[in-house]
Amino acid sequence: MLKTIVIRVALGLLTLWAVSILIFGATEILPGDVASAVLGQGATPETLAVFRHELGLDRPSYVRYLEWFFNALHGDLGIAMTNKRVIVETIAPRLTNTLFLAGYAALIAVPTSVVLGIVAAINEGKFIDRFVNIISLMTISVPEFFIAYVLILYLAVQFEVFPSLSTVFPEMDFSEKIYTAALPAFTLTMLVMAHMLRMTRTSVLSIMSQPYIEMAFLKGLTRSQVIVRHALPNAAAPIISVIALNLAYLIVGVVVIEVVFVYPGIGQFMVDGVAKRDLPVVQACGLIFAGAFVGLNTVADVLAIMVNPRLRHPR
Amino acid sequence: MTRTSTETILKLTDLRVEALSGAVLVDNVSLELKRGEVVGLIGESGAGKSTIGLASMVYARAGCRITGGKVEVAGADVRALDADGRRERRGQRIAYIAQSAAASFNPAHRLMDQVIEMPVSHGLMKVDEAKAWALELFRALDLPNPDTFGDRYPHQVSGGQLQRAMAAMAMSCRPDILVLDEPTTALDVTTQIEVLALLKKLIRDYNMAALYITHDLAVVAQVSDRIMVLRHGKMVELGETAQILQAPKMDYTRALVAERQAADKLAIISAASQAKPVIEAHDVTGIYGTFTAVKRVSITVARGETVAVVGESGSGKSSLARVIVGLLPARTGEVKLHGATLAPDLKGRTRDELRKVQLIYQQPDVALNPRQTIGEIIGRPVEFYFNRSPSEVKARVAELLRLVGLPEDYAGRLSTALSGGQKQRICIARALAAEPDVIICDEPTSALDQLVAEEILKLLKSLQDNLGVGYLFITHDLGIVRRIAHRTAVMLKGEIIAQGPTAEIFSPPFHPYTERLLSSVPEMRTDWLDDVLAKRLIKSA
Amino acid sequence: MKLFGYKPPFTAWVGLAIIAIFIFVAIFADFIAPYGEAESVGQTWDDPSFANWLGTDNIGRDLLSRLIYGARMTIGVALVTTILSFFIGITTGFMAAVGGPVIDQILSRLVDVILSIPLLIFALIILSVFGSSITTLVLTLAILDSTRVFRLARAVATNLAVMEYVEAARLRGEGLWWIMRREILPNALPPMISEFGLRFCFNFLFVASLSFLGLGIQPPFADWGGMVRDNGKAISFGIPAPLWPAIAIATMTVGVNLVVDWILSINSRPSGASAEM
Repeated sequence: MLKTIVIRVALGLLTLWAVSILIFGATEILPGDVASAVLGQGATPETLAVFRHELGLDRPSYVRYLEWFFNALHGDLGIAMTNKRVIVETIAPRLTNTLFLAGYAALIAVPTSVVLGIVAAINEGKFIDRFVNIISLMTISVPEFFIAYVLILYLAVQFEVFPSLSTVFPEMDFSEKIYTAALPAFTLTMLVMAHMLRMTRTSVLSIMSQPYIEMAFLKGLTRSQVIVRHALPNAAAPIISVIALNLAYLIVGVVVIEVVFVYPGIGQFMVDGVAKRDLPVVQACGLIFAGAFVGLNTVADVLAIMVNPRLRHPR
Repeated sequence: MTRTSTETILKLTDLRVEALSGAVLVDNVSLELKRGEVVGLIGESGAGKSTIGLASMVYARAGCRITGGKVEVAGADVRALDADGRRERRGQRIAYIAQSAAASFNPAHRLMDQVIEMPVSHGLMKVDEAKAWALELFRALDLPNPDTFGDRYPHQVSGGQLQRAMAAMAMSCRPDILVLDEPTTALDVTTQIEVLALLKKLIRDYNMAALYITHDLAVVAQVSDRIMVLRHGKMVELGETAQILQAPKMDYTRALVAERQAADKLAIISAASQAKPVIEAHDVTGIYGTFTAVKRVSITVARGETVAVVGESGSGKSSLARVIVGLLPARTGEVKLHGATLAPDLKGRTRDELRKVQLIYQQPDVALNPRQTIGEIIGRPVEFYFNRSPSEVKARVAELLRLVGLPEDYAGRLSTALSGGQKQRICIARALAAEPDVIICDEPTSALDQLVAEEILKLLKSLQDNLGVGYLFITHDLGIVRRIAHRTAVMLKGEIIAQGPTAEIFSPPFHPYTERLLSSVPEMRTDWLDDVLAKRLIKSA
Repeated sequence: MKLFGYKPPFTAWVGLAIIAIFIFVAIFADFIAPYGEAESVGQTWDDPSFANWLGTDNIGRDLLSRLIYGARMTIGVALVTTILSFFIGITTGFMAAVGGPVIDQILSRLVDVILSIPLLIFALIILSVFGSSITTLVLTLAILDSTRVFRLARAVATNLAVMEYVEAARLRGEGLWWIMRREILPNALPPMISEFGLRFCFNFLFVASLSFLGLGIQPPFADWGGMVRDNGKAISFGIPAPLWPAIAIATMTVGVNLVVDWILSINSRPSGASAEM
C-alpha cells in the first residue's frame, strides 16, 4: 500500500510540474509576443524593444521558464507588470483571506451535504429524496451571482442582517471576520452543497445495489445496521473523492463570489490581473489555484487508497 | 434422504410476485417443505425460481413486489408480520446462499465478522460462542487452516472457499431452512463437485430443510428428495426425484430430461472424412503481456469435420481460437489455410483468407450491433466479400434467414427484440454469409437455455451435413462434445494434454486429468455423487 | 403524448417548453423586442412602466429588450461552443479509443494535465493573453470543454471497441473508418445526448460567469451575464434589475436539466435501496 501511495504522490508532483509548463506555455502561444499585445498596434519598434528587454522577453523561452519555475519553487512569484510591486507581498494576505472564506464555507457545506446525501440515498424515491433532489437541481442550475444577489437583496438590503460588501481587514478580530464574510460563505456553501449532495447520493446508491447489501438484508439486519455496517464502509472511498472534487470546485467558485462581494481575496486579484493583462500576476495566481486543485485531488486519492480493504490487506 | 419428518416447516400458498411494470414473475405457486427434506426448484432462465427462493424469505428485489399468497415459516404467516417480525425470521429460521459468493461478501470486513454477524445481531449468541460455532462449521466444511481462516478478507480466498464460507454464514444461526440459489454454478466443474458434496453433507448432518435452485437436472438429482419444475413463473410439475427423472408426466419435463440424458451418452459419429485439413495450427504460442495462454499447440480441422477443444475456464481454449483467427498473433509456429501459411496478425491476411474462417461467439447479445438491422448485419459480409448488388444481397439475406430457420421478414428488424436463441441463429447466418470452409464456435450454446441450446446444436449439425463446413468447437461442456465431435482435444493450462477421436478420448485408458474432468460432470443417476466420492476415496486411500 | 417512442413526464414537458420559448425568442429577437439592443430610452434604473415592462438599466436602456437580445448572444455562444467542443472531443476521443496505444497515451496524458487546472483558471489565463473577442472566447471554451467530452467519448468508445460485433467487423477485414462510423458511432450517440445537455448548461453558465467578470462577451452586445454586472449596484438600492437576467439564466439551465434528467432516467434502474424488505 505504501508503494501505491508513494506512486500517487509522485504522480501528483509530476502533474504539478506539467501544469506549470502548461501555464507558462499558454502565455507563449500568442502570435507575436506579450509586449506587442500589451502595448498595442501603435507602439514603435524602439519602445517595443525596450519593453521586451525590461520583461526579459529577448531571452529564449525555456530560459525564462526555468527561471520562473525555480523562483516559484523558492516562493518568488515575480513582480507585477502594472504597479511593479512584488507579487508575493500582495498575494500573501489575500491568500489568507481566500483560505479563510473557503474553509468557512467548507466547514458548513461538507458535513451538511454528506449527511443529506446519505439520507436522500437511503430514502430513494421517497418524499425527502425527491425534495432534496429538486432543491439541489435548482441550486445547480442557477449561476453563482444569482444566489449572491438574492441573498444580498433579502439579508442585506431588506432585513440588514449582514453587510452586502464583505471587505475584511487584517485588523478585524475573528468574530468580526465571520460576520463580515457571512454572505459570501453562505453563497459558496449553497453552490458546492448541491453538487456534493447529489454526488454523495449517487455513490451511496451504487453501493446499495451491490449483492452484498441484498445479502445483509437477507441476514435479517435492520436497515440502519445494513447502512452503517455494510454500505458506509464501502461508500467511504467514493465519498472522499466527492468531497475533494467539490472542495476543488469551491476554490474556483471563490473567484466569482469574491468579485460580487468585493472580498479582498486572490480570486479578485486574479480577475483584476486578467482585465489589466498583467501576465506575471495571472501566472502566479493560476499556479496557486492549480496547485491547490492538484493537491486536493492527490490527498483524496491517497485517502481513497488508505480506506480500500483490497489495498490495505493484500493477498 | 430418510429423515424427512411430517412436520411442515415452510409452506408457500398461491405465491404471486409481480414486477412494477406489471409482468407476472411468479404465478400462484404453492409448495410445502418438511423438516429434513430437500426440494429442487428447476427451470430455465426467467422461470422465476430465484424469485420464489427470495420470496420464501419475504424479500423482493428492487422493481418487484410480492402481490399475493401466504408464506408460512414453522406455522407463522410471515407476510402478515411487521418488518421486525419478518427480519427475525430471516437468517434465524431461514437462510440464503447466493450464486456469487465473491459479490455477496462485503469487501470491507473480515470473513469471521461477517459469519458471526447474524447470531450476534439477532441476540442469539455471544461473540465468543458464535466464533466457536463458526470454527466448527469451518472444520465441517473442510476449509484450510480453519483457526485463522476467518481473519482473512473475501478477496484473499478462492471462489470455492468463499462459497463454503457463505454456507458457514448461512448456518451461523442454525436455521431450519436453507435457500440455495445455484450455489455451485459459478465454480469450475472440478471445484463444483466438492462444494456440492459438502453442501449435501451439511444439510443431512444438521437435519435441515432446503430449497435447492438450479438449472441443471443432474445437480438437483444428487441432492433433492422432490423436484418442482417451473416455467414462465408457473409450476409445470412437482414430484419425487425418481419419478421426475424416470417417468415425467408433462411434455416440458420430458424434453428437459431427454435433452439432459443425451449429454451423458456418447453419440456414435461416423469417423471423420479423410479430407485434407483446411486450417492447421502448428506449434502455436499465444502470449498476453507476460502470461502465456497457449503453449506450443497443434491442431487441424478439415471440411465436414467437428473438432472439439474442451477444458475448464482459463485453460486457454478461447485464446487458441484467437491465435488461429489472428486476433492474438502467434509467437511461435504457424497457422496454415489450405496448406498456405497465413500472416500471424489478421491485418496481414487477405480478404479471401479472412472469409474462409469465420467465428461464432458465446454471447449473441454482444456479437450483434444493436443499432443495425438484421438485414444489414447478414448482408454486410455478402456485400463486402462478394461485391453483390443491393438486390442480390437482399435475396441472399432471405436465403440465409431461411437456412437458419428464421422468417425472411426479420431482415428489417433490429436484433435487440429477439431471444437469445434467435440472436445466435443470426450470428450463424452472418458466418455462413461469408461462405466459409471452417467456422470456429466459441462456446456458442453456453449462454443459452438447455432446450434452445439443443436446437442450435441440431442446426449446426444439419448445416454441416448440407454445406460440408468444418467446426472447431470450443466448449467446457463434455455433454456437447460427446454428441457432436468427431475428434476431441483436451486443454489444461494452455497445453493440449490429450487429442484423438472422441470415442478414444472418452474410453479408458484415460489421461488422469481427462478422467478427473469426466468424473466431475454430474450425471442424472441419483447415486452418481455418492459413487464418485466413494471412488475418489478409494483412490486416495 | 410520446416523443421518440418515450412518454416524457410533466417536468420534461416544462423543460422542453422553456427551451423552445427561449430559442424562439433568440431567433426572432428583432421582431419581438420593443426597442433596439443599445437604444437609450430613459433614465438610470427607471421603475417598470407600461413603456418599459421591466424598467431601464444602468444607462437607461430598456431591460426587456436587452433581455430578449441577450438570449441570442448568451444561448448562441454557449451552443456554438458546445457543438464545437463535441466535434473536437468525439473525434479525438474515438481516435484515442481505436487508434492504438500511442495516440491514446499522448492524448490522454495531455487531457489529464489540462484537467488538473481548474477550467475557469485556465480560461482566465488564456483570455489574459488573447483578450476577449467572441471568436477567442468560443475557441478557448470549446477546446477546454472538449477535454471532458474527450474523456466520455473515449470511455464510451473503449467499451464499445471491445464488443464482439466490433471484433467481428475487424475479423471481416473492415477498415478503421468504417468501424468507427458504422459500428461505434451509432451506439455511442445515445449516452452522448444527455452529456450534450449537461455540457451546454455548463458552458452556458460559464459564459455568463465570464461575462459577469467582464471577461466574456463585450459591450455593446447584450448578454445576460454582462447585464448582471452592469446592473449589480442596483441591488444595494433594493432595485431588482440584476435579478431579471439572472432569472433568465436560471430558467434556461433548469429547463435543460429537466430534459436531461428525463433522458437519464430512461436508462436507469431502481437500486437495492428500494427493494421490498
